[in-house]
Amino acid sequence: MRARSLVLATVAGSALAGLAWSALAPVRSASRDQIFDIPRGTWARRMSGDKVEILPDHMRLTLGVRDILVLRNHDAVPQIFGPTLMMPGQSFRLPFEQAADYTFSCTAHASGQMIISVRPYPGTPWARLGWRAYEFWWQARLLLRHIW
Amino acid sequence: MSDARSAAGSVARCGLATALLSLSLSAAATAAPTGAAFKAGTFDPPRLAPDFALQGSDGHELQIVRFRGKVVLLAFGYSSCTEVCPVTLATFAAARRKLGAAAADVQVIYVTVDPQRDVPERLRKFLASFDSTFIGGTGTEAQLAAVRKEYGVSARKIPYRDGYSYTHSSFTYLIDRSGRIRALMPYGHSPDDYANDLTILLKE
Repeated sequence: MRARSLVLATVAGSALAGLAWSALAPVRSASRDQIFDIPRGTWARRMSGDKVEILPDHMRLTLGVRDILVLRNHDAVPQIFGPTLMMPGQSFRLPFEQAADYTFSCTAHASGQMIISVRPYPGTPWARLGWRAYEFWWQARLLLRHIW
Repeated sequence: MSDARSAAGSVARCGLATALLSLSLSAAATAAPTGAAFKAGTFDPPRLAPDFALQGSDGHELQIVRFRGKVVLLAFGYSSCTEVCPVTLATFAAARRKLGAAAADVQVIYVTVDPQRDVPERLRKFLASFDSTFIGGTGTEAQLAAVRKEYGVSARKIPYRDGYSYTHSSFTYLIDRSGRIRALMPYGHSPDDYANDLTILLKE
């Protein structure tokens, strides 16, 4: 009984410590690049009727943390991303400085559209908590997609 | 015994997932650092700006190659545009003023998407209301469509009351002194942003 209480207290303490760190530690990132790769064969797959959904149709950037969109066209044909015509092998690097939702047309996406939500820097404990929770969920989703 | 083994298996799976997640998070946080000072989006590697031969509003044939040695701002629009184009052209003019004497090495080229109305003289008058150095380009529908395709520019004619208007791409290409497309400025950036990027290109 006592051992069980000790375990519960340890788990609760760890959870609280984790929450406190998530809320209080400043959000930092070694790189501010959010990289998107358009894989080789995307266009050919789409032309053959395959609904390629390699790029998400909605993505989020955060000012001061990850606010530079980097697109890399590895396909063998030019790709249009919004205003950008990218030749094969070319990359495009677009920094954002205003928090807003940006809608771009994108031939690399089956829906033909992509929304980029640029959010303000998470400067408050609640915002940091929310940002870290979202990042955790996003990375976990990517990881699970990669594994399966 | 089997419960204990199952619990141990769960712990191991959780541990593995956590480790993989931590690895992916740390990998994301240690990617290559950024270094660009451009406000516009930049291309790597830059490609040579596709050339064209249009009727220039200055009375000469309009080609990109004519402006080798200068930094070119290339935009697409039409003189009857009431929303995007006036803002963009006023921004170019303000950016050139900010550059002072260095602006002599900056050339604005404005290619129309509306050849029916935008004859060279009309373009000249329209552009002169912003800056007398700006040069417009026009041509046949087919010529202009070919230019737009080369640059990934869209334009769509929309019937409007007795006439028509256009929806068109609103970004601006920044072309360096060697004639390469170096950057692309989305609509809405300030004269300061343009002056910043032009200064970088002018110093090269």
